Amino acid sequence: MKRVVVLGATSAIAQHVARLYAEQGASLFLAARNPERLAAVAADARARGATQVETAVLDLDDLRAHAGLFEAADAALGPPDVVLLAHGVLGSREAGPEEAPAILHTDLVSPTSLLLQAARRMEARRAGTLVAISSVAGDRGRAANPVYGAAKAGLTALLSALRQRLSPSGVSVLTVKPGFVDTPMTAHLPEMPFAVGPDRVARDILRALERGADVVYTPLIWRLVMLVVRLLPEKLFKKLSF
Amino acid sequence: MFESWGRYPKATQRVLPLAWRSDALPARSGPVLAVGQGRSYGDVCLNDGGTVLTTGRLDRFISFDEKSGVVRCEAGMTLADLISFALPRGFFVPVVPGTQLVSVGGAIANDIHGKNHGRAGTFGRHVRWLELLRSDGERKECVPGDPLFAATVAGLGLTGLITAAEIQLVPVSGPFIIEQRVPFRTLDEFFDIDAGSRDFEYTVAWIDAFSRDVRGIYYRGDHSQRPGRAAPGKRPLEVPADFPSFALSGPAVRAFNALVALEARLAKRQRETNVRSFFFPLDRIGRWNRIYGQRGFLQFQCVVPSRDHVRDLLGRVRISGQGSFLTVLKTFGDMPSPGLLSFPRPGITLALDFANRGPDTLRLLGELEEVVRAAGGALYPAKDATMSPRTFAASYPRLAEFERFVDPGFSSSFWRRVARA
Ligand SMILES: Cc1cc2nc3c(=O)[nH]c(=O)nc-3n(C[C@H](O)[C@H](O)[C@H](O)COP(=O)(O)OP(=O)(O)OC[C@H]3O[C@@H](n4cnc5c(N)ncnc54)[C@H](O)[C@@H]3O)c2cc1C
Ligand SMILES: NC(=O)c1ccc[n+]([C@@H]2O[C@H](COP(=O)([O-])OP(=O)(O)OC[C@H]3O[C@@H](n4cnc5c(N)ncnc54)[C@H](OP(=O)(O)O)[C@@H]3O)[C@@H](O)[C@H]2O)c1
Repeated sequence: MKRVVVLGATSAIAQHVARLYAEQGASLFLAARNPERLAAVAADARARGATQVETAVLDLDDLRAHAGLFEAADAALGPPDVVLLAHGVLGSREAGPEEAPAILHTDLVSPTSLLLQAARRMEARRAGTLVAISSVAGDRGRAANPVYGAAKAGLTALLSALRQRLSPSGVSVLTVKPGFVDTPMTAHLPEMPFAVGPDRVARDILRALERGADVVYTPLIWRLVMLVVRLLPEKLFKKLSF
Repeated sequence: MFESWGRYPKATQRVLPLAWRSDALPARSGPVLAVGQGRSYGDVCLNDGGTVLTTGRLDRFISFDEKSGVVRCEAGMTLADLISFALPRGFFVPVVPGTQLVSVGGAIANDIHGKNHGRAGTFGRHVRWLELLRSDGERKECVPGDPLFAATVAGLGLTGLITAAEIQLVPVSGPFIIEQRVPFRTLDEFFDIDAGSRDFEYTVAWIDAFSRDVRGIYYRGDHSQRPGRAAPGKRPLEVPADFPSFALSGPAVRAFNALVALEARLAKRQRETNVRSFFFPLDRIGRWNRIYGQRGFLQFQCVVPSRDHVRDLLGRVRISGQGSFLTVLKTFGDMPSPGLLSFPRPGITLALDFANRGPDTLRLLGELEEVVRAAGGALYPAKDATMSPRTFAASYPRLAEFERFVDPGFSSSFWRRVARA
């Protein structure tokens, strides 16, 4: 049975990934910062049939805790087959210089530290799969959410780099690029084109993992949308308001 | 603009999605109401001018005991998800309504009934525990026997937010149902068949409200002993938002009813089917309520003591010329309902639906309501948009007792309409 580590396990998308793995009887190590919420996710996974569920309560912004986190996961389950990173904050159009560092920290610095930790361990074992939830927002920066877009662009670049580095060791890296997903993160947004539920995104992630995919857009329509968005010449793009 | 399943009445309300059972109620002003899947027809799930708390994300399991079939889950879990979970583990939900797209919280708050009312009673009878979050921030756990439990089951969401519940599932061999269909041509024939069907777990009848002699089809069934796995549910076809409402003109409804009657007469009398097509045939068409157009439709479900009342009601409907698209007839058993405001009680329940044709429809519903009140019957709040405070008070004798448990921070459009000032 699979051993899966989920970081940011209280994210709506992560919860649905955990459910699917639990239903397959996987063993799960779940980490999040809110103990009551985490306990609810863990109980759900147990009821659905997970073989083993262990939890760790921590703020993933705390970089010093990252090495210990993977030690704890290894000790609890053994070396993981899959490590999924799902935590994140959305920020906003108005995020100024005061808020930007914190957003970049949660959405880029913390994932970078975690991915590098996990990569080192998987590289040594020559096995495992890293998965991180980036975003279509990282494909091209937009005025709608500059800091978040920058962080996700950085995360996408890091994942691409790690994929190249780890490929010879047989370790795979999956970049997940959701469009709009109906989760607490986006509950305040008035309009969400092509929105899907977190259950759909989770199914797409598992399917991409089975296929051994490198990058997955979810839902798939975003692959086309972002192709067009990326091709727009800068002269035109700067005049647009989406 | 928000609407319930009947698309009537409409409401303007703020929506706050809840995500965690452990969270406090969100900051708000004015009265709130927790809602599930919005599958009630009238205004019990509306809070015009106020705030509704949606519970769709409170959909986690808390625990499951595979030996006893006792499951604890959050209140926003749908019966569809619960059934998908339970069936492969050899269990089924003890009471299910005509759609599986309802939440556990909604099933409790309306104390719903199913085709097995005679055997199983209402949904609330199978609830072993629930957790309530009140507007003052207090969390209360209740079990059968507690006064707050009796107020919350069939409490129409007015006693606070149900965050979680424990339900006793029933063991089944597999996902199949042996179904029999028996056509009947008169109301007396219906009662004869009904009397002869006591050995069946599930019974219900569909009737053609246009036929003079009350022709219809009696459906009865039992869980099959055959084990197996249910085919995964297909994604339903969805009715488009702008479906033309002329589809429900009198002749079309008449033709539809004739067709159902014919189909059933030609079909095999006994067949094995799966739980989803036996219990939830309407779920095969997503958002079918759109066929009634923008103005929506009104349900009328009552329980009356005798067949003469049913005859009287059906006669008035026929004379009015307002076709009821789906008409359902069923007898309730005598298992006591656990809620202070539970609708099911011994008698015969008749459910009709009418396209909203304005004053004519309201006049007919008023007339039917008079008959029910005079008969000492009751109307079902989950399907009501028009009953008067007088009828509500007359048919729910424990109303005064219930009122003591209403959370002052909670209210609904229904409550403001029917509660005595
Ligand atoms: C096709 C169809 C067939 C049906 N067949 C039947 C049937 O056979 N038998 C039957 O009894 N009913 C039947 N119904 C009615 C339906 O079962 C009820 O209206 C049910 O309560 C709907 O559940 P919901 O989750 O949609 O709740 P909603 O309609 O959203 O809410 C219903 C009530 O529950 C309250 N509520 C919901 N969640 C909570 C919560 N977490 N805490 C506190 N209060 C809450 C709301 O405030 C409201 O008062 C049918 C409905 C449809 C559309
Ligand atoms: N929703 C979308 O439309 C969308 C689109 C593209 C990409 N994404 C990405 O998908 C991922 C999951 O988001 P979601 O949509 O599932 O939203 P979500 O439910 O709001 O999840 C975000 C999660 O991140 C957690 N988190 C934030 N900061 C943390 C920290 N410092 N330490 C630990 N946990 C922290 C939050 O924990 P708490 O529960 O404790 O707050 C929350 O569970 C994110 O990376 C997001 O950027 C989402």
